[in-house]
Parts: sequence; C-alpha cells; structure tokens
Amino acid sequence: MEPSCNLSQLCPGERAEVLRLRTAGTMRRRLMDLGLIEHTEVVCLGKSPSGDPSAYLIRGAAIAIRARDSRQILIKIKPT
Amino acid sequence: MGLSRHSTKAGAVDPGLTIHRQTSNEKIIALAGNPNVGKSTIFNNLTGMHQHTGNWPGKTVLNAQGRYRAFGQSWTLVDIPGTYSLMAHSAEEEVARNFLCFGKPDAIAVVCDASCLERNLNLVLQTMEISSRVVLCVNLMDEASKKGIHVDPKVLSESLGIPVVTTVARDKKSLEALTDAIRQATDLPEISGPPVLYPKPIEDALSLLTPVLSEKTDGTLNPRWLALRLLDEDASLTKELTSRLGPSFLEDSVLQNACSDARELLRKEGIPPGTLQDEITAALVRQAEALCQKAVRYDRPPYQFRDWKLDRLLTGRLVGYPAMILLLAFLLWLTITGANFPSQVLSALLFRGQDLLSGLFLRAGAPDWLHNMLVLGVYRVVAWVVSVMLPPMAIFFPLFTLLEDVGYLPRLAYNLDKPFQCCHACGKQALCMAMGFGCNAAGVTGCRIIDSPRERLLAILTNSFVPCNGRFPTLIALITIFFAGAAGSIRSSVLSALLLTLAILLGIGMTFFVTWLLSVTLLRGVPSAFTLELPPYRKPQVGSILIRSIFDRTLFVLGRAAAVAVPAGFLIWIMANASFGGQSLLALSAGWLDPFARLLGLDGVILIAFLLGFPANEIVMPIILMAYLAQGTLAETENLASMKLLLLSHGWTIQTAVSTILFSLFHWPCSTTLLTIHKETKSLRYTLLAALLPTAVGVLLCMLFTGICRLF
Repeated sequence: MEPSCNLSQLCPGERAEVLRLRTAGTMRRRLMDLGLIEHTEVVCLGKSPSGDPSAYLIRGAAIAIRARDSRQILIKIKPT
Repeated sequence: MGLSRHSTKAGAVDPGLTIHRQTSNEKIIALAGNPNVGKSTIFNNLTGMHQHTGNWPGKTVLNAQGRYRAFGQSWTLVDIPGTYSLMAHSAEEEVARNFLCFGKPDAIAVVCDASCLERNLNLVLQTMEISSRVVLCVNLMDEASKKGIHVDPKVLSESLGIPVVTTVARDKKSLEALTDAIRQATDLPEISGPPVLYPKPIEDALSLLTPVLSEKTDGTLNPRWLALRLLDEDASLTKELTSRLGPSFLEDSVLQNACSDARELLRKEGIPPGTLQDEITAALVRQAEALCQKAVRYDRPPYQFRDWKLDRLLTGRLVGYPAMILLLAFLLWLTITGANFPSQVLSALLFRGQDLLSGLFLRAGAPDWLHNMLVLGVYRVVAWVVSVMLPPMAIFFPLFTLLEDVGYLPRLAYNLDKPFQCCHACGKQALCMAMGFGCNAAGVTGCRIIDSPRERLLAILTNSFVPCNGRFPTLIALITIFFAGAAGSIRSSVLSALLLTLAILLGIGMTFFVTWLLSVTLLRGVPSAFTLELPPYRKPQVGSILIRSIFDRTLFVLGRAAAVAVPAGFLIWIMANASFGGQSLLALSAGWLDPFARLLGLDGVILIAFLLGFPANEIVMPIILMAYLAQGTLAETENLASMKLLLLSHGWTIQTAVSTILFSLFHWPCSTTLLTIHKETKSLRYTLLAALLPTAVGVLLCMLFTGICRLF
C-alpha cells in the first residue's frame, strides 16, 4: 500500500481514494452530503488561477474545495 | 440579476410557509432537489411563471409558489431552495426542511440531475424518510444521454417504491408524465416502510424511541425520522419543534427517558454522540450508491478530466484572470457599440414626440406653465431615461443572462475565491457581486447563498461597490463624451469599453479593500466552510433568454426608472421655477451645496442630482441635464455632442467628469437597495453602515483626486 497523503497534494488529472476525513463540524457535514465518505473515488480536475481552491470530481460532480479543507482529507493516490 | 417583475411582485415569493389555497381540494406539491438541477425550469414550465433560472447553484433562496391545472383541479407548486441534504446545515436547508415537515405538502417531487444521480439520491432518501408521498423526477435526461449515461426509471421505481419519471425540463411535453406521477403520489400512504436501514445499533436505538414519538406526534410528523433527528441532537430542529409544538413537547419526561436510554445504547455500541450523523450520512450515501449500480448504466466512464477542457482555459493559471477581464470588456463593448445606433434612433423619435406634444398643448390652448412642466419637465426626463437606458439594457441583460445560462458565474466565484479568502470572506461573494451588476438590491438578496452570517454581512455591506445597471448609462455617457472622442467610431467604442471596464475593476478592487477592512475591524473572523459546485457548461436557451431578459428584466427595470423619473421631473421643474427671493429653489439649494460639492470636484447641481437620484440611480444624469437646462442655455440634448456642449457651458472639465464618475461608483445605495439591506439584516445600524461606507469612500476618493488635480 502506498503511503497516504492528503487531497491538496493531488495533481490535476490524478485520481485517489478517500481514506479518512479529519475535518469536523460544518465542513465535515458538507463534504459527506456531497458523497465524500471513506472509499469514495476523487479526481483532481484543476486548480483555480491563484492555485486555491481546486476542483475535484466527486461522484459525478465538480466541486471546488479550498486547500485548508482538502488538507484534512486523507487519500491514497491510485496509479493512473 | 434576480430582479424582475415576478421576483418583486407581492405574493409571488414567500419566505415562509403560508400557502394560499384557492379551493379546499387544491393540492399542494413541494418541488425539492439538489441545487442547479433545473427545478426552477420545471416550475416555470408547469406554472407558466417566470421564476428566475440560471446555471448556478443557489438562485432560488426563497419558497416560490405558482399554480397549474391538471386532472380537473388546481395544484399549487412550491419551489423550495435547492439543497444537498435536509439535515439543516444552512439557511436554505432549514427553509427546505421546514417546508417539507411542517408545510404539509400533499406530495413532494424531488428533481434529480440524471448525470449525477448518485449524489442526488441522497436527498431523495432523506425526503422519503419524512414522507412517503414522493415522486422522483430524473431531469436533464438529454444531457445525460449525450454523456452516455442511461437511467432506468423502472428499476428505480421498483427499488424505491415510489413513482419515477424521466424528464427533459426544457421540453414541456415531457412534464405530462410528471403531473401524472404527482397525482399518483398524493394517493400513496403518508408513511410506509423505512427507505434506508441503518446499522443495527442505530436501528435498536430507533426502536426504543420511535413508539414513544409515534404516540406523541399522532401522525403529524414521521416518528422514525423525528427519532433519528432527536438522537442526532439536531439543534435547528429542536428549536423549530419548540416554537411550533411548545416547549412541553420535548420536555416530556417519557420522551426524555426514552431519548437517554437510546443514546446510552448507542454509546455502548460504539457510536458516541457526534459520530451518529457520520453513520447516518454514510448509510445514505452507500444506499444511493447501491441503487445507482442497479439503475444506471454508463457507455463510458462518466464525467472525465477531458470535460474540464474549457475550464483549463477559463480557470487556467495564466489565462483565467485575463480571460475574465477580457470577457467583461467585450460584454461592455458589445453593449456600448450595439446601443449606439438604436439610442440615436430612439431619442430622435422621442424628441419628435416632444414636438408633437408641444403642438398638441398649443392647439388645446393649454397655459404655458402646464406645457413647460409636463412636456419640458416630465416628458423630457422620461424620454432621456428611455432612450439612454433601454438600448444598453436590452443588450447587456441578455448577454449577462447568456453567461449565467452557460454556467460561467460559478467559475467567477471559483477564480475569485482566493482574493476573497485573503479578505477573510467567501468566494460566493463573487456571485452576489455579479448579480449586483444587474441590480444591487437583487445582489443583496442573493447574498443568502452564503452560509456564514459574518460572510453574508460582508457581502451585503459591500454589494453596492459594483455599479448596477442603473449607473451604467451615466458612466457610459460621461466616458464617451469626455474620454473616448467622437462617438460612433470603433476606436472610441473600444476606448469607452476599456475605460468602463477600468471603472468596474476599481469598484471590484474597492469591494476587496472594504471587505478586508471590515473583516479586520467590525466583522472579525476566519473564513468558514466553503464548497462550491461547478456545474457542467450547458447550451444556453437563446429564445427564452431573450424573452426573459427583455420582458422580465429590461422592461421591468425601465418601468421602475420611468416611474421614478416622472415625479422627479415634476420636482425638478418646480424647484427650477419656484423662486424665492428672486432666485429659483434649485439655484438656491445648488448654491448652498456648492461649496462642499466643489471640494469633491463636483458642483451643487451634480450633488443635488445624486441626492434626488436616491430612489433610482438612473435619473441622476437626466436631473443634471434638466437642472442645467432650467437655468436656461441650450434647448436640445438629443445627442451626446449637444450634451457635451451643455456640460461644458456649465463649467465641466475632465476633472469634473472623473469626479462625477467616481461619485457615481461610490455613493449611497438607492432606496430599494437600502430597504432590501434592512430586510436582510433586520438592523438599522448595518443599513446605515451600508449607506455610509460607499459614501465615505466616494467622498474621500473625490477629495483626494480633486486635491491632487489642484496641486498641478
């Protein structure tokens, strides 16, 4: 198994599997409502012009998440 | 840009739960769904109303209601805000949940996006936990099949046990199946088997609590759903229950005991408070996943990295920002050039109308003062407002609506989130700002899409720093006259557009600055949770855009401006003609304001015009012209060249023009906007602050500019 890293480290075009959400409170609720739970697959679609936030494909929808939040999402990068 | 005839018509939009049944057997249908799945389009097509639609999440922030007739009776459709969940994490979710629970709809139609069904089903399952009378409407089937996504409604219907229809909301015919399914759903039992089964400990805890609630609620609320929320300690629902059913409902000792027993059971089974909601959400998501595996078939992997192609350009690292500015400049250029010719034709027509009117008055033997007051006073102002405002609006509004329909606005919020983050605010403020270009009052209402109260307040207080459509004509006219040279040439129109872009960028820059200033002083705090959905680009519906933006917005805003222009024309005429000690009232008050106005690089008349323009910014320029005319030099102002002569003859210089532009960008918001701010903040203090902030910025900038000019 590859060492785990966080979602903010995912580069555009790469895909990964969510291992754990380290966020709490509203953000945790929001992400889970969007379907981001353990074992969900995410793809990084791109970064905004200033580098933050980034857009991720989560269960068929493109969702922008800020780096300070995506750092709290632990992932396992999948080989492309 | 939500300001339209319908959005402001009394009764069309209702924040609460008051549904007015016309007849006793009228059925009430709630229209729920994720944001941006075409709910408002379905609503409009069924009811024939013109609720604002656009390709970005969060347009509908209120419950809107409308009626349609089918099967020999009347159906009331309530369009509730789009939400991802009903667990009330935001204001919209609260509105949606309250209506579904306490609004007693006869059936609920949940609209889903076929391309993104899995996530949408989460809400369907949550809705089914509240009521079993649910119809699943899988919308946007056309888009999905283009992407090679096929949804089998039969499998969905069998698995969920509710009617399922597939629709293409833009095609009215496909909605017949929906109305039929809705009728079927109203006959379903209100409560049937649970749509989602949770892990055993949770089910055990529920079985302790549900019977108690079942007895207490007596069928008014779904006991299983209520039990889940009570276990989850949903604070917002607790508050709602207390206010609706009285504090005794929750304080009941039997209920309290059952609750603590159930919580104890959960704790023993390794689900301490706080993790219960995770378990619930995960169960919902997994159930949705399992349903989709059965009912959805993909020809190719669904949304892909390559679908992001256009975004690599529009949100790209190097091109994102320049593309944004170029797009704005291009829109403005189209507006300015496109408006030029029709504006001239209109004004020629309208001024010929003035001659005709004058002739009529003369022949009827009307007294001179009446003719002067009505024709030279009222008619001329209205004519100016119409000829100067109508063409640019008729071009700008459809263009802007086009961008909205295509789906560019969320990208704007995406691009601008970082700068707003630096100001401790939310990127969604960019959406409110964009709405502010149309109308600041609409922009202020739009701020509801921001969840955090602090960030919403920041967005509300700074909304009028971007010029609304009412201020564009003044800006365009002054820029064209003083900076762009002869109107009509390509060079001058490009220059005008660029300068106007610059003015708008100044407004945007000031929005950032004031937002930052507020967030380090009065409204301190850290940025809150932020997620933003970026919907796929959609092919715009050109026909409906034209109709919607011209009839609903352009004519509405124009009508409002004209309605204000008529009394203003009266007032100005009276002020110019009622003399007081040998001087007209206008000259007196202008003279009185003049010393202060000079400090700003303006003159008394300009300042009076801004003051009188309080009800609507559109009439500032006409008032200036009228006031100058009343002081009597020139007679005609039908084109920009003669307008320039008039202004020059009253001592205008380039510096006056710049000061007027600056003051037009930054001064108190119009009365409608302030009223809206008061309605949204429910605070006189913040309303005053919202007026004070731009005024202070305007006064300071104008003084600074004038001071610097005087140095040289």
